[in-house]
Amino acid sequence: MNKLVEHLEEVTVRFAGDSGDGMQLVGTQFSDTSGFAGNEVNTFPDYPSEIRAPEGTLYGVSAFQVHFGSKNIHTTGDFVDVLVAMNAASLKVNLANVREQSMIIVNTEGFDERSLKLAGYVRNPLDDGSLSKYQVFGIDMSKELKKAFIEVDVPSKLIQRTKNIFALGVTYWLFNRPLEPTVNWINRKFKGKEDVILANVHALQGGWNFAEKNPDFRKQYIIDKSDMLPGKYRSITGNQAVALGLVVAATKAHLPLFLGSYPITPATDILHAISGYKKYGVKHLQAEDEIAGITSAIGAAFGGSLAVTTTSGPGLSLKTEAIGLAIMTELPLIIVDVQRAGPSTGLPTKTEQSDLMQAMYGRHGEAPLPVLAAASSSDCFDMTLEAARIALKYMTPVMLLTDGYIGQASEPWRIPEIDKLPEIAPQFASDASSFKPYLRNPETLARQWAIPGMQGMEHRIGGLEKEDGSGVVSTDPMNHQKMVELRQKKVDNIANDIPELKVVGEGEGDLLLLSWGSTYGAAKIAVEKMQAEGHKISHAHLRYLNPFPKNLGQVLHKFDRVVIPELNLGQLKNLIQAKYLKPVIGINKVQGKPFKAVELEEKLTVLLSLENLKNWEANKSRQDIPVDL
Amino acid sequence: MKTIIDEIIQRPHIGDVHTTSKDFKPDVDVRWCAGCGAISVLSPAQRLMPELGIPKEKIVFISGIGCSGRFPYYIDTYGFHGIHGRALPIASGLKIARPDLSVWVVTGDGDNMSIGGNHFIHACRRNVDMNVLMFNNEVYSLTKGQYSPTSHRGQVTKSSPLGALDDPFNPVALALGASATFVARGHDKDRAQLQQLLLKAHQHKGFSFVEIYTNCRIFNDGAFDLYTNAESRDDHTVWLEHGKPLVFGKNKDKGIIMDGFTPRIVELTEGGHSINDVLVHNEKDSTLAFILANMTYSETLPRPMGTLQNLDNRSSYDDRVVEQIQHEVETKGAGNLEQLLLGGSYWEV
Repeated sequence: MNKLVEHLEEVTVRFAGDSGDGMQLVGTQFSDTSGFAGNEVNTFPDYPSEIRAPEGTLYGVSAFQVHFGSKNIHTTGDFVDVLVAMNAASLKVNLANVREQSMIIVNTEGFDERSLKLAGYVRNPLDDGSLSKYQVFGIDMSKELKKAFIEVDVPSKLIQRTKNIFALGVTYWLFNRPLEPTVNWINRKFKGKEDVILANVHALQGGWNFAEKNPDFRKQYIIDKSDMLPGKYRSITGNQAVALGLVVAATKAHLPLFLGSYPITPATDILHAISGYKKYGVKHLQAEDEIAGITSAIGAAFGGSLAVTTTSGPGLSLKTEAIGLAIMTELPLIIVDVQRAGPSTGLPTKTEQSDLMQAMYGRHGEAPLPVLAAASSSDCFDMTLEAARIALKYMTPVMLLTDGYIGQASEPWRIPEIDKLPEIAPQFASDASSFKPYLRNPETLARQWAIPGMQGMEHRIGGLEKEDGSGVVSTDPMNHQKMVELRQKKVDNIANDIPELKVVGEGEGDLLLLSWGSTYGAAKIAVEKMQAEGHKISHAHLRYLNPFPKNLGQVLHKFDRVVIPELNLGQLKNLIQAKYLKPVIGINKVQGKPFKAVELEEKLTVLLSLENLKNWEANKSRQDIPVDL
Repeated sequence: MKTIIDEIIQRPHIGDVHTTSKDFKPDVDVRWCAGCGAISVLSPAQRLMPELGIPKEKIVFISGIGCSGRFPYYIDTYGFHGIHGRALPIASGLKIARPDLSVWVVTGDGDNMSIGGNHFIHACRRNVDMNVLMFNNEVYSLTKGQYSPTSHRGQVTKSSPLGALDDPFNPVALALGASATFVARGHDKDRAQLQQLLLKAHQHKGFSFVEIYTNCRIFNDGAFDLYTNAESRDDHTVWLEHGKPLVFGKNKDKGIIMDGFTPRIVELTEGGHSINDVLVHNEKDSTLAFILANMTYSETLPRPMGTLQNLDNRSSYDDRVVEQIQHEVETKGAGNLEQLLLGGSYWEV
């Protein structure tokens, strides 16, 4: 049978099923294979906080979205082009985001009476015409698997567990993907379990064959290879990138790595990864609580380790007092906050950018520390190296903000050559005769790092205010003023040691979209699209939040209007307005989900159409101007 | 992976390691109140340090908050004055990262039993090799006199003017219950004895907990007089030493025997009980340690002092960390960073 072939620039596929259906697994495989096939990829796992929610329920639906294409893939995809739904509940939960005319591949077994009832369907949506706007492919996967395994001797129990792999095979056919990467993965994963390997490999091929032979599947889609820089690539999540970044940073600084951490979603994957790096000499302590996580890291920092603690919002709250101690003792420390939707337990598996103010100011006393924010999953690697560089050079704790989205989303990462990455130089004290614990490098204002084992430099530090230079406990009023200002100045000075803010598009004009952290992808795509359509709009992205790049003020004042999209109610907006006295329009979303590029595009289009607001400065006293969109 | 720290760890000490207690006295004034029990712990500690044969750059004192928290400033080693209740995790992180160091923690009954209680039980079970000196004065002193987790029921303090309603922790029993391997109790009125206890704590490989009765002259003066003053302590305490019978009393005329699982006092008189009937202490016996620890708040039995338990059958956590790394390197080879970055599957463009 002759099948048609169509070339597409980008596609979003979403695999959805029960928590136990293996959707995360097939999504990851689809994503890795797409990368292997030369596409840009961006993925997002979307799973419930229940571990194994009751089968068939709406709240038990687990999904994995893969957005891939030949260029400009920086988000997880605004709308779904192909939905794989293993049961009625996963169709119901995910249908709203499926584009009209898109393909929906369903396992018809998951639409029996019980499943329909659990999903709240009165009639079967596969029969009642309600899906007429979509191309629906119903497959009885058990039946088809049975057929596929007629001549293969594998226990039927094993076959039943390969439905997800069968579905993966169907999608591989659809996008003409090679099976080898997944076959290789199956062989590695189930090494020694020959029947499991056979079952999975055969199911994968079975899915492909089914689509190949089935007349309903008329068309294959080809996504051209991306124009990527030459090199070795792998798929990476932000959490993996942080873990790798930490090991590489320690190597580059020639220091041992120590992680003190307590399990918390969505940051725990960093702890998982680091705890497996023993052969790299990495030490970790799964502490009894968040406070012990950071304080053990502070102890390790006192002993000369590159010390790290990883957490998410509620854990960061618990660590705040100890962060003050690290600021006071001026010890290097990396604090990674994989932000999630709060307050309190909030939406623990969902993303948000609402810890910015906590990162900046969430401590008692005047307690400044550098704050960095990674822009994407792979940028988590670079920003982890930056956090280490700044912490060790300036003898300060550094906060690295990521979030549940980029922490768990994956994208291709061009694997760096370790030799070509810059060295990091810790500021160790060397001369015992002149040593004083708070003597500072006149340029960086960093104090010297003397660690136990260095003879003649025995000293005491702690949370009490110290006299500058000598480090002797001091309650002298003027000394306190001096030390508070010194600690602030030390952090402020880092502005001279970070890249300036770059503007994409014209350097001045009407509208600047200023994004930070994980909103990078959606902001970039929205602006590029609007620029291509001829709109006057520029984009700048902040990865350094404290201190800000030193040209930020200049950049802001060159635009009439500045718009900040963020997954909170305007935290960066408030910081910017306070510091630069520049009115900012916020685009704020707190739904536990990242921005879609199209959402930003719509709001920016509205803004551009409000001609009367063009000169914001002249109009800012007016009461009728919308402050936020 | 070779690090700068490896080089620092291996640096030889230049000059004579044998130092005197003077070498451990920094040039600062000790600002505890005159007659404070903490001062009576400082001097045995300063005197013990030269005996350890460890260069002082390898010794670290870590504290939390409270009167005890000032201790590191008064002993010239490396020192870290932490935040309230967190001395133990700071020390744990340091010792795990730097097993070459001799790590000492100085804490108090508020710091360690109340705000730091969670860290305490986990430090006990984890068995990180460190020595914890808990100054117990049964009151919050630095905040000027509130009842603490070791204050007795009915104790009148500023925050319990009508008497505290809480029952106290028995710190040594808590430590035993949380699987601490070395558990001892001393006091501030016998410095030589205390110095011996600190030495034993140091010699024990693993988590060593020493509860030290320290008198607070200002907010709870005399709380331990019965057990610590020379006139009364012999009749009201029993000193526990491995292999020695539990004999006490000014004239060594009383002993402890076991009646089933219940300790009982007997008079050692001619024709009555003899020293051969008396319970002999075995610091390796956890069951016995718990029974003896529970004599603490008895109205009739003497208060147990000395070494309740000293187990050497559990490796320390910091050693296990090192062993796990070594084992991994031996079985799988040292880590190849390039390989780690490549991950499970990669592709080339």
